[in-house]
Amino acid sequence: MNTVMLRRSRGVLAMALLAFAGLASAIMPKEFQSPEEAERYRALSHEIRCVMCQNQSLADSPAGIADDLRYQLLARMREGYSDEQIRDWFVARYGEFVLYRPRFNPTTWALWIGPFLVLAAGVWGLVAVIRRQRPLPTVRPESEDC
Amino acid sequence: MLAELGNFAMLLALLLATALTVFPLVGAQRGNVAWMRLARPLAYGQTLLIAISYVLLTWVFVQHDLSVAYVANNSHHLLPLVYKISGVWGAHEGSLLLWVLILAIWISAVARFSRDLPLPVVARVLAVMGFVSVGFLSFTAFTSNPFERLLPAAAVGQDLNPLLQDPGLIFHPPLLYAGYVGFAVAFGFAVAALLDGRVDAQWVRWSRPWTNVAWGFLTLGILLGSYWAYYELGWGGWWFWDPVENASFMPWLAGLALIHSQAVSEKRGSFHAWTLLLAIAAFSLSLLGAFLVRSGVLTSVHAFATDPQRGMYILAFLAVVVGGSLALYALRAPKNEGKPFVASSRETLLLANNLLMTAATIMILLGTLYPLLVDALGLGQISVGAPYFGVLFTLLMAPVVLLIPFGPLSRWGREENMPLLLRLMLPWFVLSLIVLVLVLLFWPNGSLRTAAGIAGGLWVLAGVGVYLWRRLKVQRQSLTAENVGMVLAHAGLGVFVVGVLVLESTQIQRDVAARPGMSFEVRGYTFEFVGVEERMGPNFVSDFGTVRVSRDGEPVATLHPEKRHYKAGGQVMTEASYDPGIFRDVYVALGDPLDANRTEWAVRLYVKPFIRWIWIGALLMAIGAFVVAFDRRFRRRVNETEALPAASRGAPA
Amino acid sequence: MISRWLPFGVFAAIAVLLGVGVIMNAGRTQVEIVSPLIGRPAPDFALPDFANPAQIVRQSDLRGQPYLLNVFASWCASCRIEHPVIAELALSGRITVIGYNYKDERAAAERWLRQLGNPYHRIVVDETGRSAIDWGIYGTPETFLVDAEGIVRWKHVGPISPQTVERELLPLLDALGAGR
Repeated sequence: MNTVMLRRSRGVLAMALLAFAGLASAIMPKEFQSPEEAERYRALSHEIRCVMCQNQSLADSPAGIADDLRYQLLARMREGYSDEQIRDWFVARYGEFVLYRPRFNPTTWALWIGPFLVLAAGVWGLVAVIRRQRPLPTVRPESEDC
Repeated sequence: MLAELGNFAMLLALLLATALTVFPLVGAQRGNVAWMRLARPLAYGQTLLIAISYVLLTWVFVQHDLSVAYVANNSHHLLPLVYKISGVWGAHEGSLLLWVLILAIWISAVARFSRDLPLPVVARVLAVMGFVSVGFLSFTAFTSNPFERLLPAAAVGQDLNPLLQDPGLIFHPPLLYAGYVGFAVAFGFAVAALLDGRVDAQWVRWSRPWTNVAWGFLTLGILLGSYWAYYELGWGGWWFWDPVENASFMPWLAGLALIHSQAVSEKRGSFHAWTLLLAIAAFSLSLLGAFLVRSGVLTSVHAFATDPQRGMYILAFLAVVVGGSLALYALRAPKNEGKPFVASSRETLLLANNLLMTAATIMILLGTLYPLLVDALGLGQISVGAPYFGVLFTLLMAPVVLLIPFGPLSRWGREENMPLLLRLMLPWFVLSLIVLVLVLLFWPNGSLRTAAGIAGGLWVLAGVGVYLWRRLKVQRQSLTAENVGMVLAHAGLGVFVVGVLVLESTQIQRDVAARPGMSFEVRGYTFEFVGVEERMGPNFVSDFGTVRVSRDGEPVATLHPEKRHYKAGGQVMTEASYDPGIFRDVYVALGDPLDANRTEWAVRLYVKPFIRWIWIGALLMAIGAFVVAFDRRFRRRVNETEALPAASRGAPA
Repeated sequence: MISRWLPFGVFAAIAVLLGVGVIMNAGRTQVEIVSPLIGRPAPDFALPDFANPAQIVRQSDLRGQPYLLNVFASWCASCRIEHPVIAELALSGRITVIGYNYKDERAAAERWLRQLGNPYHRIVVDETGRSAIDWGIYGTPETFLVDAEGIVRWKHVGPISPQTVERELLPLLDALGAGR
């Protein structure tokens, strides 16, 4: 009963949504064709940044444009776009800004690799410090002061 | 009149803070006892004046004096009293005064409880903390004065942001500030030690309990912020890697490294340079956090009103305090002496811990500032969000989770019997792997992350258990408060790991269009939408929804999600409703009416397994930190204790 | 030696970056998204003409001379503020100004134009906002400069001020050799 009602009322829904554009909320019922589709939609909509309410992901934003973009996201998914193609679609219109996961390119090498370089440098330093330790005097039983 | 008095008290406090910075410090450098003795009274005096100023601001707020700009901008006559009191720290100017007040309280506490420390040390520490106070007081007084008048007075107040009209506001900022500001104590000690030229275990021992308490408060503050976001924002999230959240998480990580590093420094006399640097870093990151929130440099949902003039002022202060202390460090930091250790000792593990925490802190700093860097260099606009932080943080913390059982089990300094330790933990390792496979196969809706979470948590808790068994049964020693605190905190981590990974991999949400009488099924729970009615609140009109939740026919809860329309500012707030549980939260948020008759509504339904484990884990960590602070070893007088490591006694840098 | 000064050095670099950041972001609460369309062909659209809704206007119809595409709506407060600037630009004859009526109600838009005056050479109507997404539009007002070959040259988010016209737009128009 629910599915049929929702399908029929989607046209009405669209009209109502337009009328209530001022009160738009991120909660927008959608009928998914499968749990996998729902999950993929959820994951992608969290990865995309809202261009208006820039502190929120596309999934959470109540902005009107976010609503439009969520609709577009689902449309692209159903047209058979891959995840990367969908990202490209959004980037072509709004720039790299719109992706919360920065893509790996020369501009972001420092971002993605930096922390591991720091870690490697730290490990190297750690090893150096350990090697530099003086040889121990004869072992006295020490209290287990924990 | 009262506002002017409050302003006057604040300015007087600034005067005293300046005196506190100058006289004791110069006195300590020159050996002038009289000047050094001024430190304590100046500290108490400053605190008293700031307290008076703060009380007056609160009074003006409660009396709803609309001729004071701060009140006019952040209050409303319909605002409930409790929010008139806590709303004082709801915006930039007032929250700064709270910052200053908490700092003053910490300064006085240090003054009060430092009887057994040499006078020059006390003088220097209080002077350094006084300098921080000068910075914040002058910033408040000259660029962000809460006592500024609005003439002619406003007719109606603009109301406190409805997001803040919530119990979360009452506790989150004060706890958070208590943490941030508390790191100023360790910072003060570090700088004082560097100025003195004498870096030894004494300063570490003294500052340890204070650092632990500060970190404990910060943990509670962050925990509350997360919990508040969860139930207030309506999206059921608990952490967003928002720049302002990151700004609080970085000092937390640095503080965590600091706590562990201090333990090593105190007991082994080694790593002093590391500990000093971490003490400077933890507080510097607190200051950086304050800067990020108040300068407008980064867009965030949390940020206070932005103003470049304010931003530059804080930045200048930051440059002086942090730059100055780091320069001092570069010039005066001691070499790493102390008792030697070998590769398989506890020192190595704690160094590794330091390293991983530092890498994580740097990663978060990098990610938070990277968009700004790219923009400043003209390389475009990018965003760095949860997908980056979450992935890298997990990667960096995985080694911590793996190694943590070995920390307490290993010994200081000498060759640890590694085969013994590995034998001790091996059965638990195997068990964890078995559990991992079982969860992967049988946990409903589970994935590899679910399995990793449960196995990881089990591994950490097993480590705690083995430690307890070994110490109590095998070595037959009692537990000190320090041991108990450590056990609680590490157990907290295990609980936290389970919570995060299970939640993130198995939570589910569904958006539905609901009419009265319709039912929806999510993960075995049935949500029956009863309807929405209009109700009046003290300063809002609410769309009051009712949803009945049941499972297998048995009623579970009746939830009331709301949408509140605030009269004064016209804002609309989502008040989600949830049924808490140890193993799951059931959560409902109300959206918009979908038809003109307001009979069909958009509703979001969630089932969130194990989410409370996240906060329980964090709570355990906080309690652990507080318990450690009460260990008897910190309350013994310094000259009574067992012999300090020879390398540390009065050795000049 | 180096490692001692490393923390100081790192901090100094960060402080400089933050200083730059404060100045760059002064007064802004949002990031103004730089359009990825700059230097690329303008996206196609097929939208009804406001004056004659039966007629469909395509982006290709507008080629041949540079034009300014001004996104506006009757519900947009800032559009009111920039209206005189847009009107002046249109009336000066320096450039053709095409109006893009975004997610608006026809009656309200008519009223708005009657009230403030219609400076536009032509207006296209995008009621659903679907075509606007291809242009990377996310709010109003926004203004694009498209050259004679249909390449997007410039975009401005937010109301256009006389200073913006003076400092940014006019030099570009000169470079393009625009003007009747």
